[in-house]
Amino acid sequence: MSSISIKGVRKEFKGHQALKSIDLEVKDQEFCVLLGPSGCGKTTLMRIIAGLETETAGDVLIGGKRMNGLPPRERNIAMVFQNYAVFPHMTIDENIGFGLRMKKAPEDKVRHQIQRAAELMHIEHLLDRYAGQLSGGQRQRVAVARALAVEPDVLLMDEPLSNLDALLRLEMRSELKGLLRDIKTTTIYVTHDQTEAMSLGDRIAVMHGGEIVQYDAPPVVYVRPATTFVGGFIGNPPMNFITSVSTHAALGLMAPVKAVSLGIRPEDLDLVEGGGLAIQAKVVEMLGASQQVNSRVEGELIRLSTNATPTIAPNQTVQVIAKPGKARWYDAAGHLMA
Amino acid sequence: MKQSQKFLYTMAVVLAICWLVPIYLIGISALSAKEAATAWPKSLLPLHISFDTLSFFVHYTGVWKAVLNSVIVALLTMLFAIVLGAPAGYALARYDFKGQNIYRVLIVMTRAFPLAILALPLVTRFISVGLYDTQLGVALVHTALALPFSILVSSSLFMGIPRELEEAAWTLGCNKVQAFMKIVMPLALPGMAATMIFSFVISWNEVFSASVLTLNNRTLTAFLFASLEESPLHFRYAGGFFLILPSLIFIFVVRKYLFSMWGISNR
Repeated sequence: MSSISIKGVRKEFKGHQALKSIDLEVKDQEFCVLLGPSGCGKTTLMRIIAGLETETAGDVLIGGKRMNGLPPRERNIAMVFQNYAVFPHMTIDENIGFGLRMKKAPEDKVRHQIQRAAELMHIEHLLDRYAGQLSGGQRQRVAVARALAVEPDVLLMDEPLSNLDALLRLEMRSELKGLLRDIKTTTIYVTHDQTEAMSLGDRIAVMHGGEIVQYDAPPVVYVRPATTFVGGFIGNPPMNFITSVSTHAALGLMAPVKAVSLGIRPEDLDLVEGGGLAIQAKVVEMLGASQQVNSRVEGELIRLSTNATPTIAPNQTVQVIAKPGKARWYDAAGHLMA
Repeated sequence: MKQSQKFLYTMAVVLAICWLVPIYLIGISALSAKEAATAWPKSLLPLHISFDTLSFFVHYTGVWKAVLNSVIVALLTMLFAIVLGAPAGYALARYDFKGQNIYRVLIVMTRAFPLAILALPLVTRFISVGLYDTQLGVALVHTALALPFSILVSSSLFMGIPRELEEAAWTLGCNKVQAFMKIVMPLALPGMAATMIFSFVISWNEVFSASVLTLNNRTLTAFLFASLEESPLHFRYAGGFFLILPSLIFIFVVRKYLFSMWGISNR
């Protein structure tokens, strides 16, 4: 059992609050993604779990055991770094075996684990090379293999795909997904890429300004964003937020008491023949399967994403209404109303 | 060739001539017969190679003792400079601490005081603690001269080694010392070796403090300096040649690292 509990963890850097009382529970074998823009504290939180950074206050528990003050080597974690951190003066074989040899594992076990990890990451043919002779994608595989070889309780991954080019990233993403489902290790994965988070995570902890603003399964985070920040950060194009009461009415909606803004996904606006909200297309982007339309109504940006044909021409006016049950209402502080 | 490139090459050639011609002349004279040193006109080509001068030099009383002293002092300097300089450089590279910038300036400031001013207090202090006229005493002063270089160069060496490599080692079961020995040290080693050799050369070439602080245990530079007045010309050439040779060889061997150390990439 290697669940992770973070209880009231705070971190201050020279008077700046990087983390404000974080609580987070990750179940055994769960894949948890820390998602947020840069500077939100997600990497700091992961480094605290790893023991590379010391928390100002609060507790970190791995498998029920309190980890505060323990150095990284006593936490039985493994970490994959953004820049891979493959040791350049060792062969790939030595890199993968490094952790086990440091832990004084018997040599036949070391050999077995190197072989197994290399097979999992499809790098058996690279074992006698050095990092300098490998491409970025191959180094990435080595970094993951090295982490897996020690059979950690917790696998920590810090933006592992962000240095790869787009095509390779997609490929590695689906491979990682399959791999991590098979090896069943509790994993924390830091990323600023919302599609990565959506596709990989069992649960996503969306972070903003040193706090976790929502912690839910990907579909919930997408369908019911807890704050306007989450709605704006997740989804491409992001959620529309509309405060104008007359626009609400035109979309066929009425704000409940105390609600200030309406959140609705661009794809949850339906084109109708008449009687809806009239929007004039300012920018039209044809994205293959769908087209995306930007418009302004009473000064507020409204995005529409539709796969209806025919294509909408620039400056054309179309009528839209909200799909039933898709409207989300947010109060003055930007919190989702029940 | 572009105008700026021409200028660059011209300057490089001029500078090279400024430094190489004297070295060449010293070398020629050292490798000629005694009489050639004072002969006129000089032959600029090594037509009459003779080891008379050099053999006279190496058989001169006291030379070998001075060479041995120089080597001991230089080795001690090299050792101290790396043992004290590498940790200081590591601290500068890896930790944020108050007064870091002032510390950096202070390191270089040690070179700002002319040795001539420090000589008298040093001599009286060294006499009172028993370091006067010892190899250790000279090595300590040479260490002070070599340290700024050693600290700053090793700090830039360590800065060039990504912190993540160390952190990865920590997560894979290393404590901080193990991570340093297994990851940082092997990667820094070539540059470290260059730093050590450079400290050696600094000590080998130093005249002033070696002359002031020794009497019987002269280093080679101090020995030659002291006997400059009464020695014949060809002897001076041979001595000069003997002094230049190791420095030239060492610098040539480590030139690649010296370039990369100072942030000038030659690739």
